[in-house]
Amino acid sequence: MRGRSAGLSSTAIVYLVLLATTVVGAVLTATVGRNFFSSGNISAILTATSILGLIAIGQTLVILVGSLDLSVPYVVSLASIIGGTTMAGESGNIVPAVLLTLAVAAAIGLANGLVVSQLHVHGFIATLGVGLVVSGYIGTNYQGSSGSAPKAFRAVDEAKIGPVPVSVLIMLALAALAFLMLSRTRIGHHMYAVGGSPEVARLSGLRTSPPVVVAHVLCSVLAGVAGLLLLSRLSVGSPTIGSQGGYDLLSIAAVVLGGTLLAGGRGGIVGTLGGVAIFAVMDNTMGALEVNPFLKDVVRGVIIIAAVAVYARRNLQVRPARFDRSVPPAPAGSTPPPAQEVR
Amino acid sequence: MTTTTRPDERPGLPAHSRSFGARLAAGAATPGGAVYVLVLVLLVSIIISNPNFGEPGALIRFAGRTAPIAIAAMGQYYVIVSGEFDLSMGAVVTTQVVIAGNMAGDDSSQVVPVLVLMLVVGALIGLVNGLVTTLLRVPSFIVTLGTMLALFGFLRYRAGVAPAGNPVDEFREIGRGGIQDVPVVEVIPYPLIIVVVLATLAAFSMRRPFGRSLVATGDNPDAARLGGTSVWWVKTRAFMISSLSATVAGIILVGYAGGRAVGQGYEFSAITAVVVGGVVLGGGRGWVLSAAAGAYALELLFVLLTVLHVPSTWRDSVQGLIIIVAVAASARVWQVGRRGGAPPPTTEPDPINDPINDPTTDSATPTPPTPGTHQGEHR
Repeated sequence: MRGRSAGLSSTAIVYLVLLATTVVGAVLTATVGRNFFSSGNISAILTATSILGLIAIGQTLVILVGSLDLSVPYVVSLASIIGGTTMAGESGNIVPAVLLTLAVAAAIGLANGLVVSQLHVHGFIATLGVGLVVSGYIGTNYQGSSGSAPKAFRAVDEAKIGPVPVSVLIMLALAALAFLMLSRTRIGHHMYAVGGSPEVARLSGLRTSPPVVVAHVLCSVLAGVAGLLLLSRLSVGSPTIGSQGGYDLLSIAAVVLGGTLLAGGRGGIVGTLGGVAIFAVMDNTMGALEVNPFLKDVVRGVIIIAAVAVYARRNLQVRPARFDRSVPPAPAGSTPPPAQEVR
Repeated sequence: MTTTTRPDERPGLPAHSRSFGARLAAGAATPGGAVYVLVLVLLVSIIISNPNFGEPGALIRFAGRTAPIAIAAMGQYYVIVSGEFDLSMGAVVTTQVVIAGNMAGDDSSQVVPVLVLMLVVGALIGLVNGLVTTLLRVPSFIVTLGTMLALFGFLRYRAGVAPAGNPVDEFREIGRGGIQDVPVVEVIPYPLIIVVVLATLAAFSMRRPFGRSLVATGDNPDAARLGGTSVWWVKTRAFMISSLSATVAGIILVGYAGGRAVGQGYEFSAITAVVVGGVVLGGGRGWVLSAAAGAYALELLFVLLTVLHVPSTWRDSVQGLIIIVAVAASARVWQVGRRGGAPPPTTEPDPINDPINDPTTDSATPTPPTPGTHQGEHR
């Protein structure tokens, strides 16, 4: 058990779980006489991944630097409202509306990042606080749905290339950018370093604030993109769309399900995408089986805990080799920690 | 279990080195003490803007109304000071309200059995949270999030099967009733009595070996383990206390309202109250009565906003700003305390400000030893 699991990266486990979920889902869907792999169903599953996927990518960055973002649902709502009211049904307003929305989202992320890194407030509280501030603003100024998306903007969500919706391609493209940033750029490596141990990172000569701030800004911008995508799907801006979706806790769950350590410093985008896909496949299967929608939440809760328990066990076995000097070094080659590549 | 904190086995430390006034001032300057100052300031500003609130009857009713969130905050304190989170609290409150509504429908002989059942359910949820967190090593954030999803999902599923009514009036008396015909204040609400009793118990428990080990575990789990603390059992008990306090909050809340909306968002309110009370997320710092005081400070703030005619939709924003400021300020103060060499003898200063156990216990036990002295003894 030990040798085998230590040889697998956590990303590999995530995708094995995804494969298992897909097989079980396909079999269960077949028992009720439906085809899991029909192009309609595939595209439904993919569509379900787009919104949560975008938010979870940002959440991955934030969790990697050792913080959290609970303000995403409010950013999503605010983005859909600002986008909707600025466009006001005119195609000519699309570009300024998108730019304005993303700028506002970035400003919220900047606030999050500065509170976390400069005031040394725990990410949980900082983003909960900033989220509440935004929520108060939304609640005061927007009671119902407002604004409307022009036809050209609504087409973004409806468009498909083969069975693959464009919204998913947008999500995957942004995921690829985030992946490249984490694996190829200096700031990406610094994110792992700061998340693994801020103190060691500081003593190694890194400035520890910029990675935290950048992660928060990117997370909010991605939440803003998710809000715009929801606007294009619903064609109106809604003040409650984010909190109804429960995106804060679900995205954190997806990230953790994808094998990223909640404490920061280990994990990555690829695992998160796997986690999001597991959620989507599970939901789709339960939908096909006509499981009561509320029992879905029960199943979700149990699966999240079970999956994380499996990873936690695994991390325990790998960790002592790296961190505990009293234990002789473990066999080399077991998942080199990205944090240690940074010198 | 732990012989680590017996003060009588050590060479005698002075109980305190400064005068009462100096210690009071030092205590009020820490995050855990500042919240009492905040409560006073808020209270005075409300009474200035609206003198009616200053009447004893109005004050005591406010104290009773705020009891459930104060109780929840004290329960959440146990989990937070041990370095964990309990996000399932709101779901537990809702579950208990629904259980009360369904099981104690209109038969007053059912009240006691249902109360026992609710407490057992609460303890079980806490036990599961605690065991999965400690033995399976799943982060408590995820465990309690899963419990929350599962409980809410189950409740909504059951909603189609059995409607949630209100329990019999005898049951609801616990939350809305009180001792009548008291001079000066007219009525002493039962919730207020419950919160005072629980606060006394909580303050006592934090001076017991359990409380000491809990704080030590939150500060440095490895050191606590090496010092002989059974970390998993201490933390599991903290989770059980948290769920049980959510249960008590639910029992009281049934008196005010029924249905499935009760308790939603309670976990964040409780965490906010704890944090405003100067307790540090991540564990090891803070005092249980400050958590309760944090709940009162928060509710007083909302009253103040109402008195000042601030639209209720801005409540969220004010709450958000307050918690950021509170945590930023307390982070700074705790940091300064650490850098300043030997910490002042009052690391947990609130017994001074705490009217319940100040005169008796303060002379009996010296001020709690700082974590540093613990470790020194056992290395």
